[in-house]
Amino acid sequence: MNGARASRCLRGLRPGPLAWLALAALLSQLLALALGSVSLSPGELAAVLAGDGEALHRTLLLELRLPRALAAFGTGALLALAGALMQVLLRNPLADPYVLGLSGGASVAALAAMLAGWGMALVSGAAFAGALASTLIVFGLAHGGGSWTPTRLLLTGVVMAAGWGALITFLLAVSPVERLPGMLYWLMGDLAYAGSPWPVLTVAALALAVVLPLGRTLNVLARGGLQAAALGVAVRPLEWTLYLLASLVTAVAVTTAGSVGFVGLMVPHMLRLRLGNDQRRILPASLLAGGTLLTLADTLARTLIAPQQLPVGVITALLGVPTFLYLLQRSQR
Amino acid sequence: MSGLAAPGLEAKGLVIDVPGRPDGRAIDLAIAPGQRWGVLGPNGAGKTTLLHTLAGLRPPRVGEVRLDGRALARWRRRALARRLGVVFQERHDDFPATVRETALIGRHPFLSPWRQEGPEDLARADAALARLDLGHLAERELSTLSGGERQRVSLATVLTQAPDIWLADEPTNHLDLHHQVAAMALLAEQADQSRGVIMCLHDLNLAARWCSHLLLLYPDGQACWGPAEAMLTLAALERLYDQPLTRVEVDGAPVFVPVR
Repeated sequence: MNGARASRCLRGLRPGPLAWLALAALLSQLLALALGSVSLSPGELAAVLAGDGEALHRTLLLELRLPRALAAFGTGALLALAGALMQVLLRNPLADPYVLGLSGGASVAALAAMLAGWGMALVSGAAFAGALASTLIVFGLAHGGGSWTPTRLLLTGVVMAAGWGALITFLLAVSPVERLPGMLYWLMGDLAYAGSPWPVLTVAALALAVVLPLGRTLNVLARGGLQAAALGVAVRPLEWTLYLLASLVTAVAVTTAGSVGFVGLMVPHMLRLRLGNDQRRILPASLLAGGTLLTLADTLARTLIAPQQLPVGVITALLGVPTFLYLLQRSQR
Repeated sequence: MSGLAAPGLEAKGLVIDVPGRPDGRAIDLAIAPGQRWGVLGPNGAGKTTLLHTLAGLRPPRVGEVRLDGRALARWRRRALARRLGVVFQERHDDFPATVRETALIGRHPFLSPWRQEGPEDLARADAALARLDLGHLAERELSTLSGGERQRVSLATVLTQAPDIWLADEPTNHLDLHHQVAAMALLAEQADQSRGVIMCLHDLNLAARWCSHLLLLYPDGQACWGPAEAMLTLAALERLYDQPLTRVEVDGAPVFVPVR
């Protein structure tokens, strides 16, 4: 047994890829800060970050762009993590909180709570309940014959997502006109109304702390429930943990940015192509890459047809739909 | 063993839960170290269900399964996984993984959550892969393997796990003749090292050749079991498969051939 082969086998345990992804995350933040209606040179950017620079630049960066860039990063990280967790939970690389209707369920519940005039904490709670209920329905209906067949699962999820979409449209139709602009973003996903980035960043850090010790156990679960049980995994409790965590994480992302699609599908898939499927590496990598992707997508959404802004969900859907179709085509057996 | 709980795996008044089937005959047997049990029966007789019940992966309808005299339900899953190893017939390879990574999951029950697989774990996995002629495929993706190669990876995973009791569902599935014999020799070797082995088999003649004990499982829930030579009677086997058979001796072992 030579050392080179051993180290390749334990490829998940090198910091290499994670360090590169962390660097990419940092660069995407700097790019998001520099680009926009008023673009800053690297020198001006450095001046503001060092604590001086023009007052206008300071306001622009620290009060507008930085919170939005961090919120984009946190939201993308959560969505990618939710996707990676659901894929292990359902043993299906096509699982994603948006495709399976979790985001839609969270959006409907949050919108209904807002219409009822509830406060922000209750709106977040409602989003969580909506995501949970949506997963439960998709699980329950698609669970035929002891396993989730990809076709049943996807059909159930897609139909649920369409149903939630109709309910969102209904809720928007009956909402007072003056509140519409602030609510439309639930439909497409938009970071313009994100507010403070701290909820998403905190939840992302906490969720990672919960799932990292589970990494090797998740690797075993990915081989199937019976195989995992035979190797000593308490499958039911683990599946409930994943289910609750994926729903919670999706709900927090949705209350920040509405239902942004396909991040949870694209990011883990692309990472798996390069890094294999060791969850100890895929989960933190998904967090970093998901955050980076959404930060870049949001920067693009702000600048593509400036001074107008696109909802970031448009960009992720334009990237995500071809990825999904490609995956679906490849997975047909 | 006097006074102490019997070692090994025991079925006590066991009726497996096959939906819509009468209870039939409850099974009472013990898989003692060194024994090689074969489970024979036609399609749908419940061989896989029995194996999964013996492994504690499904609850029995009636009775219980015990390890070292203690009901499986009272064991922690992880402790059980250090003693019982299951070779599954069905596999879920939905995600990319290499052959070596797959063998290494056999070490999962022995590692605490934060522990990474170390050199010793790797050495065990590589030894198991070499034992199954898979050393040269260690870095390959599972999706690129043939059915027989994939089957050998499953055996290598359980060999890495090194359980006291092997429960193997069709261990020779997809294997060519040479590797069928190699797989049975591996299981026999495990039994010789004081481990218990129970396997479901389709091939009557492999069972006749390699098993010390047999359990015949009928589709209506009836069952009989005992030492192999006592179970290998033409009448019992013809009734089992609903197929006329003829018996010949080859190389000192009985061989059963279907009659047209």
